[in-house]
Parts: sequence; C-alpha cells; structure tokens
Amino acid sequence: MTEELLIETRDLTVGFPVGGRLFNKKTLKAVDGISIGIPRGSFFGVVGESGSGKTTLGRALLNAVPITGGHATYDDGEVRYDLATLSGGELKDYRKRAQLIFQDPYAALSPRMTVRDIIAEPLEVMGLTASREETDARVREIAAKCRLNLEHLRRFPHAFSGGQRQRISIARALVSGPRFVVADESVAALDVSIQADILNLLKNLQSELGLTYMFISHDLSVVAHSCDHVAVMYLGRIVESAPTRKLFAAPRHPYTKALFSAIPSLDPDDRDRAQKLEGEIPSPTNQPPGCKFHTRCPHATDLCKTREPVLQTEGGHAVACHRWQELL
Amino acid sequence: MSLIDVENLTLQFRTDEGLITAVEDVSFSLAPGEVMGLVGESGSGKSVTAKALMKLNAANAVYDPATRITLHLDSGPVDVMSLKRPRDMEIVRGGAVSMIFQEPMASFAPAMTIGSQMVEQLLIHTDLSKRAARDLSIEMLDRVGISDAASRFNQYAFELSGGMRQRAMIAMALSTRPKLLIADEPTTALDVTIQAQVIDLMKDLVAEFGMGIIFITHDLGVVAQTADKVAVMYLGRMVEQGPVREVIRNPRHPYTRGLIDALPQLDDLDKPLMPVPGDIPSPLERPEGCVFHTRCTRIIGDICRTTVPGWADTGPDHRTACHLCHQDTAA
Repeated sequence: MTEELLIETRDLTVGFPVGGRLFNKKTLKAVDGISIGIPRGSFFGVVGESGSGKTTLGRALLNAVPITGGHATYDDGEVRYDLATLSGGELKDYRKRAQLIFQDPYAALSPRMTVRDIIAEPLEVMGLTASREETDARVREIAAKCRLNLEHLRRFPHAFSGGQRQRISIARALVSGPRFVVADESVAALDVSIQADILNLLKNLQSELGLTYMFISHDLSVVAHSCDHVAVMYLGRIVESAPTRKLFAAPRHPYTKALFSAIPSLDPDDRDRAQKLEGEIPSPTNQPPGCKFHTRCPHATDLCKTREPVLQTEGGHAVACHRWQELL
Repeated sequence: MSLIDVENLTLQFRTDEGLITAVEDVSFSLAPGEVMGLVGESGSGKSVTAKALMKLNAANAVYDPATRITLHLDSGPVDVMSLKRPRDMEIVRGGAVSMIFQEPMASFAPAMTIGSQMVEQLLIHTDLSKRAARDLSIEMLDRVGISDAASRFNQYAFELSGGMRQRAMIAMALSTRPKLLIADEPTTALDVTIQAQVIDLMKDLVAEFGMGIIFITHDLGVVAQTADKVAVMYLGRMVEQGPVREVIRNPRHPYTRGLIDALPQLDDLDKPLMPVPGDIPSPLERPEGCVFHTRCTRIIGDICRTTVPGWADTGPDHRTACHLCHQDTAA
C-alpha cells in the first residue's frame, strides 16, 4: 500500500538572484533539487543548521517564495494544486489550507492588537466568516483548543509568557482550518520547560484536527520526539531521509552523525569531544564542488571532492554519501 | 579563598506599576577557576543576578541595603555595592569582571570594526600602547579559532557568521584577562554544531586562563557539559544549588526535577515529554509562600502556600529550598 501524499515535490529548486550585472546575474540556490513526499497526517521533520535551506523549503511549499524549478503538488483529497503555478482564486484557497507557525512568539504578534483580534485577523482577511458573531465563535473554539480562555482573548500580547504567546500564534495559524502546517523552529525560542508543553499541544491538535505538519528545527532531540519522518538538509540538499526510528537507530550520513554528537549530553561524566564538526556551513553563493559536505567531513576522499553523491534509498532509508556503507 | 561572594542579593525595579521584585535573597560563592551554571527559565532572574555583579542593571533598580557583593582580587577585596563613580566601576565592567552576551550581533557596535572595539576596551582597562593592544587583539582572535585573524580584525560584526561573532565576543571578553567571566546564554542563539565548538573552546580557555565563570543558560545539557556546580533559580529565588553531578543525578527540588524531565532524551524516544505544568507567573503576581507552589506537583500542605522554605541540606555541598526536603530530613 502506498501512503497518500499531501505534499510531493520533484527536483524542487528555489533560487534567488544575487549580485552580478544585468546579463550575468548569479543565482543563489537556497533549495537545490529536492524530492520529498509528505504523507497525509504525518509529522514530517526537516533538520539542518542555519543556511541549510530548511526555512526556504518550508516557505516554497507555502507559496511564500517563488519556486524557480521542478515541481511541487498539494493534494488533500478535496483539491489538487500545482504549487509552482498557483495563482488567483486557487492561491487564495491554498492560503487557507496551508499555514505557518513562526519561530519567535515575541516578534510574531502585534503589540497593538488584542489576542482576539490577532486570532480573528486571518478569518477577516480571507473573508471566511459572514458575521462578527461567527468570527467570535470560530476564535473562541480554536482558542479553547489551544488552552486560551475568554479572559486571555481580551488582553494584549505583552501580558503573556513565551509559552502562552506561542499558543496564540498556533491558534492564529489554525483558525482558518488548514490541513498543512509548517512549523518553523516553533519551539526554538522557548524555555525547555515550555518546549515540551508546545510539542505535546501540536501533537494533540494534529490528531484532533487531522493536520499534516512540516516541522523545521535545528534540534535533533526535539525532532526525535515529535516527528515520524526526518529529512536532514545541508546546503540546499537533502543528505539523509528516513522514518525517525530508522534514522536515530542507525544514522548513515556523517553530517547526521555529527549533528547527533553535537547534542550536549546530560551526563556530566560524558564530556568527550569525539566526532565534533569542524568549521561552518559554506556560503550558498560559493558552494564547494562534489559532495557539498566534503569541506567539513572527516571521511572525505578525492571522489567526494569531485563527484556529488546522489540520494539512494535502501530499505526506506535514503542517504547521499559515497562512503556510507563502509562507515557503518 | 573564594573569588566572589554574593550575600542576600535582593533587587527590585521601580516601575509605573509599582516595585517589581526581580531577585530575592540570593547568596552564592564562586572559587577561582570554578564554573557555575546558573539555570532557570525566562523571568527567573538569572540575567539580573549576573548583571548585579557588574552593577549593570537599569537605573530604576533598587538594591536592598542588606545586599553584599564582595570580589576578592590580588589587590584586596572590592565591595561592589559601594562602587559609585564610573571610573571605579570599570573594575567590574570589563576589568576584573567581563561578560559575554547572548546575541553577539546586538552587542557589537555595528559601525565600528571588531578590532577597534577590542582595542578601545584594552586602552581603557590596561596600560598597553595602541600597537600592543592591536597585537594582543589579533592574538586573541587567533586563539579562539578565528582563521585569518589579522583581516577579521578590520571587519565589521555583520561580516562575520553567528559562530564567528560569538568567538570574537569571547576573544574580546578575555583579552583583559578577567578573573571572573559572566557568560549569559552564550550558545543559545547558535546552531548545535557551533554550540559544541564554542563549549569546547570555553573549556579550553578555562583550563588555560583559570578564571571563574558564571554560565547562564536554560539548557541543563549545556550545564552538564561545562559546569562544576549548579544553581537553579525560579522567579527570583534560588531553589537548589550543589555540585553538577549531585544536582543532575539527584535533583531534590520539584522544579529542577521538572527541568530535567522536560528535556527530550535521545536514548528513550518512547518516554513522553513532561513539561513543567503551567506558566511562570508574572512578576507582578508573585505567589506567597514558596514561589513555585502554583506549578508544583508535590505540594505537601498549606505550608507551601504560606511560608517561604529555607535551605535544607540534601547532600554534600548540596542544598535545596523546599518544604519537602525539610520533611525528609526531619523524618
């Protein structure tokens, strides 16, 4: 049986013009030839460092940045859209089906609007309700699901803690009744004590409302606990992609392994420094030839420096590395 | 002998809505070369505590008269609370005490090169000539792992990556050879891979320079990797302190326990995530009694709601401010 995919991409590419003169504009490929399938009802994780292209991928799937190459489709069973060519009424309809939860709940909420108005705004902008009463009813309903009460709705964002603010952002994202939600580092700015609460809330809302998430994060331990599938990105490419259990039981790509060993251990006696990654992610305007990770990879050979490995799938576990089998 | 002694630090902010208590009755000591992790969530008062050591809090800060902060230097003890003139305060502001901030982009002046900022502080705090200050700055940039330090010296903060900026910040903070370094969430804004590099760097520098460090973070994993001892704060009060192994393996305060349980662990993916229930109360609505009682799952009775718990000895150098522990010791 094949799972039904909500989002499917083939060689998805997002490029931005940078510098150069009129006739030899350079292109920065933030997302470079990505093929993924996000099954309906899944919690799909995307992991990588700053500059890996994970945010751009999320935005492209929301049609918030133009897709410059390849294909991306959205199919929720009711409608099927080609995301690269979406416009007009279809685009409007897609906006209500696909939504974004932001990273920083302090920056994402207008300090001059009440919580009720913040959550109601998408309904009003998209014209989804006929009367103020209907709007209020929808706002109250979604607010309750996000554990916000009537008293909260009358207040302004400054009166709330980080966790409460993030619940307000989530309510706003969900009020239009989306099927697909991109959560971009949605717990990164929160305290650990609150992080777990927001992750649990996202999980509960998923089963209650039938949502499909694309969960973007740089934190593998958070992804491990929430997502059922994880794709690891590096410099605009997917280097490894697998169901969470498989990935965590036996990571194949040296980059994924390095991300694991970078997580600070809670054991004070486990302060070893093996497998720490040297250096930083290269600039996307000046990408290395061959495997893009070879400049930081402890196992790189001459082959890695010249030829780029392709993503190969074996046993439902995809990896793009010339040497993964020898390194197991 | 200790490097710094903090006794009964109590600090309020005067605001339009009245006096807000940010830190209440906090005491701790740090020895030279010791690393203390100061842990707590946003609003727990950890940054305000650290800034108090440099008298860096805003002008509306009101210190309680019982507050004593003593810095023990080779030249003799310094009573930090009595420092008044800017000239005198230089000793705790970049001289013997230095600080690394969370957001290096916001902490460097955008219109000055990295180098000119490093030289400027060296000219203020040391007797070095301009040329010597320049040489020392480049040497420090090189020491923290910035390649091609001489050309980075002439660059602006925006030209460096996040990890690079934080390294430059560390180089700048250490170039005056402080006795005490305060690091306020120095790795929170960084990627995990870069965080691991910066943590390693800081460990090396402690070994080399031997300064005391107060490491502020909300991530107990980072504490476990760096600190010798830990102090946990909640809503302006210190609720538990002790050696790092003790506190992490045998946490006695329900809040510390909660922080540890809330961390996603990679070795057990089936373990559900346990948040600390509820939200941290607004400082305008400070609870009576134990400050944590509104979120505590182990309340033992009215005493939690009415009486501030004192310290209970809960192990070697390990103490906890919780009625539960007093009950255990009494039993």
